Amino acid sequence: MKPHDTLAEHLQSQGISRRGFLKFCAATASMLALSPNMAGAIADALGKARRPSVIWLSFQECTGCTESLTRSHNPSVESLILSAISLDYHHTLQAASGTAAEQAREQAMHDNQGEYLLVVDGSIPTGAAGGYSTIAGISNLQMLEETAKHAAAIISVGTCAAFGGIPYANPNPTGARSVMDLIHDKPIVNVPGCPPIPIVITGVISHYLTFGSLPELDSLKRPLSFFGDTIHDRCYRRPFYDQGKFAKTFDDEGARNGWCLYELGCKGPTTHNACATAKWNNGVSFPIESGHGCIGCSEPDFWDAGSFYQAISSSPADLSSAATGAVIAGAAGGAALGLYNKYKRSNAKDKHYTVTTDDMEEGSS
Amino acid sequence: MSESVDRAVNAMKEQIDAPTASYFSSCVHCGICADACLFYTETGDPQYTPIHKLDLMRRVWEREYTFAGRIKKWLGLSRNITENDLTKWETLVYDSCTMCGRCSLYCPVGNDIVSMVRKMREAMVASGHAPEGLRHASKRSVEIGSPMGITAKTLEAQIKHAEKETGLEVPLDKEGVDYMMLLSSAEIAQFHEIIPAVTRIFHQAGVTWTLCSTAFEGTNSGIQIGSSDIAAELINRIVDGAQKLKVNYVISPECGHAYTALRWEGPNLIGKPYPFEVVHIIELLDQLRARGKLKVEGKDDTRQTFHDPCQMVRRGGVVEQPRTLMNLVATDFVEMPDHGMMNWCCGGGGGVSANERAEPLRRKVFSAKKQQLDQIGVERIVTACSNCRNMLEEGLEDNNMDEIEVIGLSEWLAEYLATPSADAAGDKS
Amino acid sequence: MSALELLTWARGPALQAALVIFIVGMLIRILELLLIGRKKDLSAARGGQVGAGLRTIITRSIPVSGTWKQHLSGYVWHIGFIVVLLFYAPHIQLFKEGFGIAWPALPTSLIDVITIVTMAALVFSLFMRFTDPVRRMLSTAGDYFAWVVTFLPLLTGYLAFHNVAADYTLMLALHIMSVNLLLVVFPFTKLAHAVTFLFSRWYNGANAGRKGVRV
Repeated sequence: MKPHDTLAEHLQSQGISRRGFLKFCAATASMLALSPNMAGAIADALGKARRPSVIWLSFQECTGCTESLTRSHNPSVESLILSAISLDYHHTLQAASGTAAEQAREQAMHDNQGEYLLVVDGSIPTGAAGGYSTIAGISNLQMLEETAKHAAAIISVGTCAAFGGIPYANPNPTGARSVMDLIHDKPIVNVPGCPPIPIVITGVISHYLTFGSLPELDSLKRPLSFFGDTIHDRCYRRPFYDQGKFAKTFDDEGARNGWCLYELGCKGPTTHNACATAKWNNGVSFPIESGHGCIGCSEPDFWDAGSFYQAISSSPADLSSAATGAVIAGAAGGAALGLYNKYKRSNAKDKHYTVTTDDMEEGSS
Repeated sequence: MSESVDRAVNAMKEQIDAPTASYFSSCVHCGICADACLFYTETGDPQYTPIHKLDLMRRVWEREYTFAGRIKKWLGLSRNITENDLTKWETLVYDSCTMCGRCSLYCPVGNDIVSMVRKMREAMVASGHAPEGLRHASKRSVEIGSPMGITAKTLEAQIKHAEKETGLEVPLDKEGVDYMMLLSSAEIAQFHEIIPAVTRIFHQAGVTWTLCSTAFEGTNSGIQIGSSDIAAELINRIVDGAQKLKVNYVISPECGHAYTALRWEGPNLIGKPYPFEVVHIIELLDQLRARGKLKVEGKDDTRQTFHDPCQMVRRGGVVEQPRTLMNLVATDFVEMPDHGMMNWCCGGGGGVSANERAEPLRRKVFSAKKQQLDQIGVERIVTACSNCRNMLEEGLEDNNMDEIEVIGLSEWLAEYLATPSADAAGDKS
Repeated sequence: MSALELLTWARGPALQAALVIFIVGMLIRILELLLIGRKKDLSAARGGQVGAGLRTIITRSIPVSGTWKQHLSGYVWHIGFIVVLLFYAPHIQLFKEGFGIAWPALPTSLIDVITIVTMAALVFSLFMRFTDPVRRMLSTAGDYFAWVVTFLPLLTGYLAFHNVAADYTLMLALHIMSVNLLLVVFPFTKLAHAVTFLFSRWYNGANAGRKGVRV
C-alpha cells in the first residue's frame, strides 16, 4: 500500500467504478443527513483526500465490530473504504506479529504524529492495574493512553469502546471502562452498537475526510445524523403501537401480522440507532423486521437494563413479592401504630377534665 | 402550654375517634362544604367554610394520630395550638355554626363535618372558650332546671291554665302511664298553647301520659355548649323522672336539638341504653294518625309551608311525618325549595340563639330563609321546633314579613281536632 | 449515570421501593385511623347501618344539585387520571408483568386526548385554588405539593410519549420517577383520601342510616 495514494485512485485500482463511488457518496450524504447536493462535494473531497493513517486498537472485545465491517456482506464500498484508509495497525487484520506489529504501530504514530485517526473497539479493563488484558506486555490502558496522545481524533467503535458494553455490565469484574471515560483531551466519536452498523463507521470517516472535522454529535458523542432518532421513531411497525396493536407472543396472530413488539420487550423506544433506516445485511432488514424486538444494544448499560423480553414500561424488579412483604410489614406496623393511637385516646380519656357549672362562671372569652 | 390549651388538646384527643380521623384524612380542601353553610353563602366570608372551623382539631389529629404528623412533631415542625387560636376559633365554632349539618350532606368524600363541630365544642368548653350566653344557659339548666330559668312552679301555673282552657286534666307526676311528655322552656314561657293542644290530642286519642315536675325540660344546654358532662347530667334527670314514673315512652318536644340530645346522644352520654323508648311528638302524632286515633275535621285553605328543623330531618330522620300530618288538613300546602333534607336552617340552632354575641350575624344570615320564603309566598309557616319558631318570627319581623304567621305543628293540628261527638264515635268503632 | 441507567433504576429498584413504601404507608394510614376505634352507639337504632353505609359510598359520588360547577374539574381529572393510569397499554403491561393481571387497553390516540383533558382540568383546579377565596384560604403547602406530584406523572408521561422536551429514555425515566414520588408521598399526604374516602362515606352513611336518615 502506498500511503500517499488518494482515495479515488485507490478505489479505481480496486475496480470500483466512478458510478459506484458516487452512489456511495450519495448514500453517505443521505445518512449524514446532508443535502443531496453535498454528494458531489463528498465525492470531490474523498476523491482528493489522502489516505489517512489509522491505528485500530482492539481491547476487551469479541471482534464482532471488525466482523461487522469486513464480513457482514459481499465486498462493498464500505468494506473497500476500509482498505482505502491506511490501516497501519489492526490486531486482527494485520499480517505482522510480535515485535514487528508493535513497531508498525510506533512507526505510524511517529510518522503521522498528531494526524492519525485512532479507532478503538472493546472496553479497557482498569482493574488489577490493567492486568486483565495486555498486548505485548503493555496493558490496554497504557496502550490507549500512549496511542491517544498524538491522535487527531478517536473513533470508539462498538458499544464496548463507546460505553463499556458487555464487559462493563454488572458486576464488571475487570473494571472495564469506555474510551471517553479515560481520554478527555481528544475529540471522540462514539459509534455504538453490538455490532455497529458498517455505514455509520465509514460515514464518520467520510465526514472526517470530507470536512476535516467530526460530524455533529449528541451528548453521548454519537453522530446525531445516525443516532438522532430512536428505532421506535423510525420503525415501520410504529403505526401499530399508536393503534394499540401488539404481538403478545412470538407466534401469535399479532406477531404474524407484524404488529408492534413493545409488549415482547422491544427496546426500540429507548434505543438510538439507524437500524430502522440503514438496516443490515446490505439493507435486507433489521431485527424488528425479522420479528424480534430491539434489544437496545447501542445504548449505554443496555446489558443491565432488564430482560430483553420484558416491556420497557414494566419493572424488572419483583413487584409482587415486594408487595406481599409490604402488606405483611404494613399490617404489622399499622396495627402497632393503630393500637398505640387507641391507647393514646384512652389515656386522654383518663385525663378527662370534667366540666362543671363552675366552668360556666369563669370565662376566658 | 397553658392549662386551658392543655385541656383543649386533651379533649380533642379524647374526641377524635375512627370516623373523625377518617374525615380529616379524607378532606382534600375542595371547599365545597362552604356552599352548604348559610354563614358562608349569606356573607361570602371564606372563614365560615365549615371544615375551616375544625382546623385546630385537624392539627391535633395530624400531630397525635398520624405517622407523618408524629415525625413532624418529632422534628419540631408542627405548630402548637395557642390561647389565641382558641379565642379565634371560639367564634367560628359557636357563633357561625348552627350545627345544621348541611355540610355533612355536601362533602364529596363523605365527611360528617358537623359531627366534628360537636366534638370541637367539647374542647372549647373544657378550655373555657364557650360563649357567655351558652355558659349561663347551661348553669341555669343545671342549677334551676331549665336554660331560661323556668321552674316547676311556672310549669304548674301553665298546667292550671291549660286545664282551665280545655276542661281536661293535665297529668303531672302520674305514675304508670305510657308516655312522659317533655317540653322546651320556650314552650312553657312563650308557646304554652302547646300544653292544651297536646292535652286535647292525647285525650282524644286515649293516650295515657304525664308531665314530670323533676324532668319537664327537654332542651339540653349541655349539647349546645358541647359538654357531655353537663349534657349527661341533664339526660339523667329525664331518665330518673321516667323511671320514677315507670313510663314506657318519653316524648321529645317540638325542639330540634332536644330530640338529638334525648333520642341519639342520651344513652351514649349516660353510658347505658334507656329503659324506655324516645319518640318525637311529631312521630307520635303520625303514629296515632296511622292507628286511626288522631281524628281531624275541617280544612285549612291558608297558603302555608313547613319549615324542617335541622335536627329533626338531617340529624333525626323525621322527614315525612310532618307532611303527612299537614296534608290531613291543609289544602294549600306548598314546599319551600330545598325542603326536607336540604332545608336551610333558621339561623339560630346549635346554641346560636342563646349566644347574644352571635345575634348580628344570625340576623344577617336569615336571608337564606328569606330567599326560600320569597319564592313561595305563604301566609303561614308551620314548624316543629320552638327555637326555629322564635327565630322565624324574629327574622320575619326584621325583614318586614311579619304578616306571615309562624306556628307549631301540634298546636296547629289541635285546632282541627274532631269534635267530641266524632271523637266518641271514633272510640266506639 | 446514563439515561438508560436511570430508567433501569427507576423502573427497577426505585419502583419496587416506592411500591413498598406506598403499601406500608397506606396500611399504616388506614390502620392507625381504624384502630383508634369508637364508642359503641347505645341509642336505639331506627335503621340499618350496613346498607346505608354502602349506599352512601356510592351515592356520595353524585354531587348535591347546584354544585356541579364546583365538582366539574375534579370529576374530569379524577376520571381522566384513572383511565390513563389503568387503560394505557404500557401501563397494563406493568401490571401484567408485575402482578400477573391484565385487561384490554384503550387506543393510544384516545389516551393521548384524555391526558390533555386531564391536565387541563388539573390546571383549572389549581387556578381555582389560587382564585376562589374559599379554596385559597383552605389551601396549605400540602395541597400545592399534592397537586404537583399528581400533575408530574401526567406531564412527564405526555412529554415522553410525544418525544419532546427531552430524550425519550430520560423522559420515561423522569416519568417513572415522578410516579415513584407520587407513590412515596401518597400515604402521608391528603392523597390518601383516595382510600380513606371509603371509610368517611361509610361512617357518615352508616351513622345516619342508624337514625333512619339517608345522607
